This record gives sequence, structure tokens and C-alpha cells, in this order.
Amino acid sequence: MRVGRAVRRAPVHAALWLICAVWLVPVIGLLVSSLRPAPAVAESGWWTAVRHPAFTLDNYREVLAAQGLGRSFLNSVVIAVPATIFPLLLAAYAAYALAWMPFRGRGLLFGLVVLLLAVPVQTTLVPVLRLFTAAGLTGTFPALWLAHTGYGLPLAVFLLRNFFAGLPAETLDAAALDGAGAAETFFRIVLPLSVPAVASLAIFQFLWVWNDLLVALSYLGGRPDVAPLTVALADMVNSLGEGWPLLTAGAFVSMLLPLAVFATLQRYVVRGLVAGALKE
Amino acid sequence: MSPVLPAALALAAAAGAPAVSIAYILAAEFVVGRLSPLRRTAARPWVWLAPALAFLSVFLVYPTLETILLSLRDATGTRWVGAANYLYAFRSGEALVALWNTLAWLVVFTALVVAGGLGVAALAERVRYDAAVRAVVFLPMALSFTAAGVIWKFVYAFRPAGAPQIGLLNAALTAAFRHFTPQAWLVEAPRNTLCLIAVGLWVWMGFAAAVFAAALRAVPREMLEAARVDGAGEWRVFARIVLPALGPTTAAVATAMVITALKVFDVVYVMTSGNYDTDVLANRMYQALFVDQHLGRAGALAVILLAATVPVMLLNLRRLRGEEAVR
Repeated sequence: MRVGRAVRRAPVHAALWLICAVWLVPVIGLLVSSLRPAPAVAESGWWTAVRHPAFTLDNYREVLAAQGLGRSFLNSVVIAVPATIFPLLLAAYAAYALAWMPFRGRGLLFGLVVLLLAVPVQTTLVPVLRLFTAAGLTGTFPALWLAHTGYGLPLAVFLLRNFFAGLPAETLDAAALDGAGAAETFFRIVLPLSVPAVASLAIFQFLWVWNDLLVALSYLGGRPDVAPLTVALADMVNSLGEGWPLLTAGAFVSMLLPLAVFATLQRYVVRGLVAGALKE
Repeated sequence: MSPVLPAALALAAAAGAPAVSIAYILAAEFVVGRLSPLRRTAARPWVWLAPALAFLSVFLVYPTLETILLSLRDATGTRWVGAANYLYAFRSGEALVALWNTLAWLVVFTALVVAGGLGVAALAERVRYDAAVRAVVFLPMALSFTAAGVIWKFVYAFRPAGAPQIGLLNAALTAAFRHFTPQAWLVEAPRNTLCLIAVGLWVWMGFAAAVFAAALRAVPREMLEAARVDGAGEWRVFARIVLPALGPTTAAVATAMVITALKVFDVVYVMTSGNYDTDVLANRMYQALFVDQHLGRAGALAVILLAATVPVMLLNLRRLRGEEAVR
């Protein structure tokens, strides 16, 4: 009976192992190749490294210094941190008003936010680019902070409004009875109660900005000194073509932080990314 | 510019802007607190909404309206040209390729992600290491499409027959099939677009699997057990009970994937730059803007993207109204 069951289950296990292999092996190949000497990468498949192991950090030295990815890593951090904090904070203020302050046009305003959820970034590129050019902001970090704040707001307002609206009314009313003003209620009660929702959202926004190519490419105007990792890596693909030793090392550098975040905060990452994609 | 400067600037912004915003809220609340109760209730929400509304107006509402106008103007955005840019979008060879490929992405990518995600979630549910499987397939979601593009461009790498293959796909197929000739996967259309869609599947399937896994857990156990006791086989239980219960979830995942497919840009930009007939609308729009420097055409392509999302927007709005009615 047991054996029969195991045999019947065998295809299920086989299918799952196969899928996991297809999902992981390309990443392993990238990591192995990035650690092999450049001539070896060009001459033989990375899997042959099992038979002829020879590893080096030269590729990483080259991409971090000569290809400027060290600088780009810093740029990505400089772009992503404020571009995560600003929209979340402004969204939380707005979500608080939408959830707990009755006013005329509240439903209409929230409807507008829901409409804006689906607006593609492409629709805004030309006019925003002209605004930035007029203000002398193209090619600067503040341009990306401002743009990502605008683009991140609809989702953040939407999710936080729904979360705030679910907080217990008694708790908020009790605070009001104790004489707490709107600001005090918000900072002392609403925000602390919303840490899990804010954390998931922050991870979503951070990864979104970290992984963004289009917005950075459009508003930074191809200046290498401000390019984040995605832009620098895409430039390397253009200039190096099949230069796999450097490309694999570069790609891995760009993946380091997301991989670390995924490894340590997996539950929040899944929750944040699912909520972000599903908008629920 | 030394690297210390931007870091200091970012640190100042990351700490300073929140401080400024908190100061604004406290100051505004102080002012609002001086008003008569009636005016206070009227004014207070707008104090809290103002910063977000300003950003939404400047970065989403105004640009969208402006882009619609721009789509009716010439390359520099100065003269009205009527529908010329839309004629370009629906008549010119390069734009049509992008249009058809975007349609292929919409259909094939969406179908594969939904089917693949459901399949993985349903299979993983039957084993004890289900969480590990879901984590593995979800992992690419945390990576950029740029990195995913490099990973898969390497998998698809091509060397002429006889030379040692360094791309995993050609090497595996050469090893498995004696008569296989190595293929330049990203060159020959329409197969190359399917190869790009496969990368999209690799990135997004874990998302669908995570959503479907949660939905599967919500299917009542008793219903499944009752059907099994009545002698229904696993397939029948799945087709008759589980699948119908997943209807709303499937619709939500498919909607999200349609939007994702419409906006797909990075994979194409990184892996083929839209060459070899792999172009998509979002990439064509980028090329029209930055390479051809034709604002009108870029605007028209953007408006087409926007128009394609309108049904989804209305669907979202209707769902919202349904939820509000329940509240």
C-alpha cells in the first residue's frame, strides 16, 4: 500500500523537482560563470567547472572598478532609500484621511486613486521629462526620488487606506476621547498598528525602485556617474555583447541585495510583491 | 563628483524630507485646531491629502492628459497633425510588429503564467516540501528583469555546430539529441518572442503560484473529502470542485498579468533591443521618444497602451464599488 502510493506520487515529485531545476539552474550557472576565469567561460560550458575547478574573483574586481558597478551599487542605494520612504509617508497621510475622516468627495477621490493604479509609466514619460528638463533636474537623483514618489503613491494609498480602514474603530475613538488630536492618533496609534502592512509595502516599493530600468533610463539621460545598477548592467549588455565573464558578474552584483532581502524577509517579500501585483 | 556627496545628499533627503513632512502635519494641525469645529472638520482631510494629491497631479494626472494632446502633435510637439501618429502606430511596419508582439505577450504570457502557477500550486500542495518549491519559483520575482535578461541570454547563448556550446539550452539539447543543430534562439522570429515570453514566465510564475496556493488552501476540505468518498478520482475532484472555486482568483491573476504584459519593456530592451522582430509597444514607445525623438509618435504609442488598460481600470473600479456596498 505504502509502496503503491509512493509509485503513484513519483510523477508529482519528478515534475516538481524538474520545475525547481529549471528555476534554479540558470541562476547557479550565472554564479558559477561569474567566478570562472574569463578564457574558461568563453571556451567551455560552466557545468564543466565541476571537472576542472578553477575559480577567481577577477571578474568582480573588473566590474566593480573598471565597469563602475561599485559606484552604481551606491547610486542604486541612494536612489532607492528616499524613493521608498517618501511615497510611503505621503501615502500614509492621505490614506489616513481617506479611511478615517468623512468629507464630501471622499469616494470620488478614492475612485481616482484606483483609476491611477493601472496608468502605465509610459503614459507620463514625455511630459514629466519636459518638466524635469525645465527645472534642470534631468540626470539628478532628486528627479528619480520625485518621480518614484508620484508613481508609487496610487498603490501605497490604495493598500494603506484598506489596511487603515480595517483598524478597530474603538481604539481610535478611545484615543479621541482621551483628547488625542488627529496627528497624535496617527503617529501614536495608526502607524504602530500598521507596521506589518507598511513593512510589506516598503519592501515592494524598495525592490520596485531597485529593479526599475525604464524610469532611471528615461530621467537620468544615460549619465554613467548617476546610473543605478540596472542601467549600468543594460549598458554593459549593449557594449560587451557576449562578454559573459563580466556580464554574469555584473548581473550577480545587481542581484545581491534583492537576494539578501528575499533570504531574510521572505514572508514580507512574498506578501509585498503579491499585494503589489494583485493590488488587493 | 565624488561618491561621498550623493550618499550624504541621500542621507539628508531620507531623514530631512520625513522630518519636513511631519513638521508640516504638526503645523497644519495646529492651525486647523484654531478653526471653529465646523471648519476644522471641513479643512482637516485636505491638510492630510494635499502632499499626495500634489504628487498625483504633477506626475500622473497632468502628464496623462498632456500625453493625449501630444499624441495629436508633430515630432517636436509644436504643430497639430491630427491622427497622423495613430496612422503610424497602426500602419507602419515597425509599429505593427510591436503591436502584434504585444498581443502575443498578452495572450501567451498570461495563459502560461496562469496555467503554470495553478499547476505548480496544485502539485506542490500534494508534497511536504511545498513551501520550498514555492520559494524557489518565487525567487526571480525579487530580481530585476534586467538581471533575468542577462541570466537567460546566457542560457540561450549560441555557438555554431561543432564548437563547444556555452549556452545551457543548446548544450543540453545537443547532448540529448544526436541530430540536433544548435539554434540562435533570439534571432529567428516568431520563436524568439516565445523565448522572451519564457523569461517572463520564469519571473512571474512564482507570483501566480503563491496566489493560487492561498486560494487552494481556502477550498473547503469537507467538499473534497465528500467527493472522494463518493468515488470521484483526483482529476474529477480537481475539475469539478477545485477549478470552479478558483474562478475569481484566476480572473485576478489574469488581470494582473495582462497589465504586466502590456507594459513589458526591460526583457526586450536588454535581450534583443527589439531587433529581429521582437519589438513590443513599450519598447517602441521608448525608441520613438529617445532614438527617433518623435514626441507625437511616442505619445500615440503611450495612449494606445493607456487605452488597453482602460478595461482593467473599469473592472477595478467596479470591484471597488462592490466592496464598498458590502462595507
